[in-house]
Amino acid sequence: MTTAIEVRIPTILRPFTKDQKVVAASGETLSAVIADLDVQYPGISERLLENGALRRFINLYVNDEDVRFLGGLEAPVKNGDSITILPAVAGG
Amino acid sequence: MTLKISKAHVDAMLAQSRAEYPDEACGVILGPQGKDQALRLKPMINAAHSPTFYEFDPKDLLSLYREIDDNDEEIVVIYHSHTETEAYPSRTDIAYAGEPGAHYVLVSTREEIAPATEFRSYRIIDGVVTEEEVSISE
Repeated sequence: MTTAIEVRIPTILRPFTKDQKVVAASGETLSAVIADLDVQYPGISERLLENGALRRFINLYVNDEDVRFLGGLEAPVKNGDSITILPAVAGG
Repeated sequence: MTLKISKAHVDAMLAQSRAEYPDEACGVILGPQGKDQALRLKPMINAAHSPTFYEFDPKDLLSLYREIDDNDEEIVVIYHSHTETEAYPSRTDIAYAGEPGAHYVLVSTREEIAPATEFRSYRIIDGVVTEEEVSISE
């Protein structure tokens, strides 16, 4: 059993996860977890990434820490970690 | 859909928008999950500190969602001010609107153009803006 990372999905992405608020994924880096999510829920990675980088207006946290301070997509994750995805609340 | 909102909340949003001028002001009104009742106003810091942009600080954003989860609440209203333009969603507002269930409220503080402050509400879903009625109670 390797799927031991909890990923919290925001409302706007729940159409991908059949309305599930929390899903399980596996991987040793954030990037690998996103790739695994996309295998389970095809199309979701495109909403998180743009040209291979995190989208500016998607916030990702590993255990409540903003991944921008943890190495971005290369942020290490391990079993038992919790990843939270939140769309930025922003505009002009 | 109609946004039902109290006059006290409207006044608080207008006062905050004027106080933070020339920067855009922003915040949320929360209510019990699934009820569409705007009950608890929570001003947020505009981390962009800009007259043309607003953004909740990522740390504040996470705390906000944790608080909502803990209290079984939802974001009913997301509001922000436009300092020099009308109370209509800008292209950036539409591009970044990430809460399909929320009422997006726009307050315009451009008094030299419109003598009365504009206050309008919208749904923004998949890039489509729909203005809605606002019903203000005492």
